[in-house]
Amino acid sequence: MQTEKDSPQRVVCEASVEIKNADGLHMRPAMQFVDIANQFECDINVSNDENTVDGKSIMQMSMLAATCGTKLKIKAEGADAKEAVDALRELVVEKHFDEPTPKKKNRKSKAKDLKQ
Amino acid sequence: MGFTDFVCFKALIPELKATDRDGAIEELVSALDKAGRIGKGNCEEITKAVIKREKEASTGMGKGIAVPHVKHGAVKDIVASIGVSSAGIDFAALDKQPVYSVILLISPLDNPDKHLQTMEHVFKHLQQEKFRKFLRQSQTAEQIEFLLREADENPQL
Repeated sequence: MQTEKDSPQRVVCEASVEIKNADGLHMRPAMQFVDIANQFECDINVSNDENTVDGKSIMQMSMLAATCGTKLKIKAEGADAKEAVDALRELVVEKHFDEPTPKKKNRKSKAKDLKQ
Repeated sequence: MGFTDFVCFKALIPELKATDRDGAIEELVSALDKAGRIGKGNCEEITKAVIKREKEASTGMGKGIAVPHVKHGAVKDIVASIGVSSAGIDFAALDKQPVYSVILLISPLDNPDKHLQTMEHVFKHLQQEKFRKFLRQSQTAEQIEFLLREADENPQL
């Protein structure tokens, strides 16, 4: 994660995240993402290899078609950019949207730890 | 991936009779049933499942559209029906506005990636104001089919 301060008010923060839940970024996870994104003042963009979309728009987030294993870049700009990126990264990577990770090729014990 | 790959053209409803959410879902699932796309005897169960999913969180995403959907073992491949309502339907949409175009998707249980790709295609076009307007103005199943085939040819639509 990188944070650079242009000015006291304008913080830019980025993080790369990988989608971990088996079903990917379908509508319910996308809504969770957008709900959290909208709690912050900063601008939030999310990119895959091809597109960059508004992280606060459910329709645009649904256009990413981010399957399990897809890597996304979250970029926030604004006073609360760092807090926003932290919260979104936690949702995607650590909580994986409160959904199961793939049964096969299980990523060792990480998923289990979080469930219990 | 295009609309022709997953939309059942025999299950297009240019003027939904229903005036409420559950009725619209029932009509669209029945249309797929009549077209023979969801196996036999699954119509009621799928209708209930879609409504249940819709109650958990509305798929009325704003701008007059809703995309109710569910995963069900009755289908081997993803299938969609589309309904248009000129009066507008209360879908408890995010923007609290009525819904004029309903795209119902039934996905198989075991192909989440294809579901996401289908959603991507649907939203890519629903993002376009022109596409939404043409869909809403369609008065016959032929017009809807024409629009969808046109959209498959032209990513800008």
